[in-house]
Amino acid sequence: MNPRLTALVRGAAPLIAIAALAVLLLVVAPATLSSFRLNNLGKYICWAIAAVGIGLAWGRGGMLVMGQGVFFGLGGYAMAMHLKLEAAGPEGIPDFMTLYGNGTMPGFWEPFRSGAFTLVAILVLPAVAATILGWAIFKRRVKGAYFAILTQALAVVFATLLIATIQETGGFNGLNQFTSFFGYNLYDPVNKRMVYSIAAGLLIACLLVVWQLYRSRFGELLVATRDAEERVRFLGHDPANIKLVAFVVAAMMASVGGAMFAPIAGIISPSDVDATASIFLIAGVALGGRALLLGPALGALTVGYGRTTLSETFPTQWTYFLGLLFVVVILLLPRGVGDLPRTLRSALKRSTA
Amino acid sequence: MSIQTRTPDELGQDYLEIRGLTVDFDGFKAVKGVDLTLLQGRLHFLIGPNGAGKTTVVDAVTGLVRGTGLASYRNQDLLTMRSHQIVRAGIGRTFQTATVFEELSVLQNLDIAGGVHRRAWGMVLARRGVPAYVEHALEAIGLTELRDKPAGTLAHGQKQWLEIGMLLVQDAKVMLLDEPVAGMSAEEREETGELLRRIGQERTIVVIEHDMDFVRNYADVVTVMHTGTVLAEGSVAEIQANPQVQEVYLGRQVEAAATTEVEEGDHA
Amino acid sequence: MDAFTTPLLAGTATGALLLIAALGLTLTFGQMGVINMAHGEFLMIGAYTAFVTQQVVTNADVSILLALPLAFVVAGMFGLLLEVAVISWMYRRPLDTLLVTVGVSLVLQQLAKDIFGAQGDPVVGPSWLAGNIGVFGYNWPYRQMFTIVLALAALGGLAALLKYTPFGRQIRATVQNRDLAETMGVSTRVVDRITFFVGSGLAGVGGVAVSLIGGTNPNLGRGYIISAFLVVVAGGLGQLKGTVIAAFAVGIATAYFADWTSASMAQVATFALVVLFLQLRPQGLFTIRTRGLV
Repeated sequence: MNPRLTALVRGAAPLIAIAALAVLLLVVAPATLSSFRLNNLGKYICWAIAAVGIGLAWGRGGMLVMGQGVFFGLGGYAMAMHLKLEAAGPEGIPDFMTLYGNGTMPGFWEPFRSGAFTLVAILVLPAVAATILGWAIFKRRVKGAYFAILTQALAVVFATLLIATIQETGGFNGLNQFTSFFGYNLYDPVNKRMVYSIAAGLLIACLLVVWQLYRSRFGELLVATRDAEERVRFLGHDPANIKLVAFVVAAMMASVGGAMFAPIAGIISPSDVDATASIFLIAGVALGGRALLLGPALGALTVGYGRTTLSETFPTQWTYFLGLLFVVVILLLPRGVGDLPRTLRSALKRSTA
Repeated sequence: MSIQTRTPDELGQDYLEIRGLTVDFDGFKAVKGVDLTLLQGRLHFLIGPNGAGKTTVVDAVTGLVRGTGLASYRNQDLLTMRSHQIVRAGIGRTFQTATVFEELSVLQNLDIAGGVHRRAWGMVLARRGVPAYVEHALEAIGLTELRDKPAGTLAHGQKQWLEIGMLLVQDAKVMLLDEPVAGMSAEEREETGELLRRIGQERTIVVIEHDMDFVRNYADVVTVMHTGTVLAEGSVAEIQANPQVQEVYLGRQVEAAATTEVEEGDHA
Repeated sequence: MDAFTTPLLAGTATGALLLIAALGLTLTFGQMGVINMAHGEFLMIGAYTAFVTQQVVTNADVSILLALPLAFVVAGMFGLLLEVAVISWMYRRPLDTLLVTVGVSLVLQQLAKDIFGAQGDPVVGPSWLAGNIGVFGYNWPYRQMFTIVLALAALGGLAALLKYTPFGRQIRATVQNRDLAETMGVSTRVVDRITFFVGSGLAGVGGVAVSLIGGTNPNLGRGYIISAFLVVVAGGLGQLKGTVIAAFAVGIATAYFADWTSASMAQVATFALVVLFLQLRPQGLFTIRTRGLV
C-alpha cells in the first residue's frame, strides 16, 4: 500500500474505533437491550468514564491512582444532592434529614438547589481537590508506591467521613430516591434512556479528549515523565506540572462518571466510592490495557458486566473473581488483554527470527 | 593565568562563573570552595581522580544537589534555582549513563527537548512537521538517517550523541557533559570530539572526562580537581608540566595518601 | 488530667499495634521494594489463629501463649507462600506487586468470610490480662499494656536479629547493595524469602494482640493496613527508628484527635497530618542517583 495512505489509515484507526463504540453504545444498545439491561449498561459506562481517566493517569502517566472513588464520589454526591433537592421541591429539604436529624439543612447543601451550580461543581470540586493533593504530593517529589498509598488512604478517609455524617450526607445509606433529573421525570423510561444516552455521549467525549492528549506533545511528555521523570526535569520541564495535569483531568473524568452514576443507579453511597470501589475501578483498566486508548473503557465495561452477571449467579464468588483477576492479569498480562495481539505478534516474531 | 588577562565582560563573551562553591553531604564536604570561570568558545575539561568532586560540581550547578557559594550565569545565581528553571536559563547537562526515552523515536526524543520553545497551550496539540531547530540538531549529531528509529535501538555512542542533540534543541548555551565518550570506540570518540568542537564555537562546553587521550586532543582549558578542590588550571601542556598534578595523577603520592581522607564516589 | 492521659495511653497502645504491623512492611519494602497490600490480612490470619487455638485449647490463660508462636508461623507461612507463588515473579515491578497483593487481600478476606462467617468471633483474654491499672485516674487495661510489651519485644527481637545474627548481616547487605551481596555469596533469593516469612509472621503476632482487644473479623486487616502504611510513609523507607517514632506519633495523634472530635474526623486529621509532614520532610522518600537517571 502507498505509505501515505497507510499513515492516514493508521492515524484514523483510533477515531474509527471510537466511532464504532459510539454507534454500539448510542444506537445498537438502546435498540436491542431491555430498559433494565440498558440501565445496567449505563452504570458500566459511568465506571468506564472514570476508567478512561485512570488510563491517562496510570497507564500513560505511571501514577497508580488508588483513590479515584473519592472523585467519583465528589461528582456523584454533588449530583445526588441536587437531585435530592429537586425531589424535595423548591423550599423543601431532603427526607433523610428529618428522619435522622433535627430537620435543618446544612448550609453547604443550599447552592446545590441550582442546577447550573451543580454542573459547575461537578467539574470544579474534583479539579480543586486533585490540584491541592497533587500539588502537595508531586511538588515534594513523592511518587510511586507512596503516591498510591496516599490516594488509597484518601479513599478510606473519604468513606469514613461519609459514613460518620449521616445527617449531612445520609451516612451509610448514602443518597437515593431521586424522582427527576433536571426536570425530567426519572420514572419515565424515555427519560431514563435519555440519561443513559448522555452518559454514553460523555464516555465518547472523554475518549476523544484522551485521544487528542495521547497524540499531543503533552502525551509524549507524560510518557517520558512516566519512564524517566528526572530526565524530563533536565529538559526544562517541571514533571510535577505534567503529572498534575494528568491527575486533575483523571479526577474530573471520575467526577463526571460519578455524576451520571447517581441518576442511573438511583443511589450513591459510601460503598460506591470507598477504597474497594476505587480498586474495582482499576480492575477494568488493568484488564483492558492501561496504556491503550480504548483498553480502560472496554475493560471497565467488561468488569462491570462480569460483576452483575457473577453476583446474580454466585453472590459471594464475585470477590474471588475480582481478586484473582488482579493476580492473573497483572502477573501474566501486565499490558492488558487489549494488548494481547501485539504481545503475540512480537512473541511470534521472536520465535521465527 | 594567561588566558584571563581581560575579564569576560570586557571581551563581550558569555560565561559561567563559579565562586566558592561548597557542597556538604551531612558533614562530608565533597566540594570545598571551588572557583571556576567557564568561557564561551572554549572546550573546558574537568579532570581528576574518582571522588575529586567533578560530578558534584555539575550536580550543584544544575540544582540536583544543594550547594553554597555562587554560580552565576547572566546575572542569575543558579544555586538558588530549581533544576527545570536552570535548564530554561540555558544550562543543559548529560549524565554518565545515557538516558534517552527508549520507546520514543529519535525525532520524538529531540522534539520533546524543544519544550523551551513552546507555550503551555501548544502542548495539547499534536506534532506537525519537523521544527527547524530539530532538523538542525539531527544534522549536527549525524542521526538524520535514523530519525524514525526508537531510541532504545540505538548504539551506545549514538545515544550519547542523541543526548547532545537534545541539548542543542534545548538551546543550551552552557553544556555540562559527564563522561560523554565513556564506552565509545576510537572512531566514535573522534566524531564526538569534532562534534563538540563544531558546536562549541558559540557555546560554553564543560566536559568531565577520564580519558586522557581525548583530553589531550580536544581540550582548550583543563581544570584538575582533587579532594573537592581545584588543584590546577591551564592548557594541556601546562597541566602536564605541573608537578602537583603529576603527583596526584601518576600516583606519586604515597605519603600524601596517608593523610588524605579516603573518599568513595563523588557524593553520598 | 483525664483528657490528657486517656488519649496518650490508649494512643500508645494503638501505636504499638501499628508498629507491629508496620515493622513487617518496612522490612519487606526496604529490602525488596515490595509493597504488600495483603499484609493487613496477615494480621487477620494471626487473629483467627488465636481464635482457632482457643477452640482447641480452651484454657484462655494457656491458649494465648500458644497462639503467639503459632500465629507467627501460620502468618509467616502464608507470607512465604505469597512470596514464592506471586511476588517472586514480579520483582522490579513494585506498583504491579502492589496491585496483585490487593487482589490477594480480597481473596483472603473472602476466604475468611466463607470459613468463619462474615461476623467476627470473640477471643477470650487470659485472666492474667483481665485487670486495669490506675494511671492518673485512667484505668489502663492490662491488655493495652500487653500490646505495648509485645510490640517492644517484636522490635527488640527484630533489631537483635538484624544486628547480631549472620542472617541479619545478610539482610543488611542485601538492602544496601543487592548485586554486590549476590557476588559476595549471599543468596538474595533465600534472604528475601526468610525476610518475607519474618515480616508476615510479625503481623501474625500483632493479630493475636488485636484479637484480644476486639476479637476477630474478616475485615480486621483493612482497619490497620492504611494507618500502618501511613506510618511507613512518614517513617521513611526501611528505617526502623523512623518507623517506631512514626507509629507512636500516628497512634497518639489519632487518639487525641478522636478525643477532641470524633473517630472519623481523627482519620481525616491524621491523613492531613501525614501529607503536611511530607511537605516538611520528603527526604528519605525519594532518592536521586546522579550518575545516571535510569
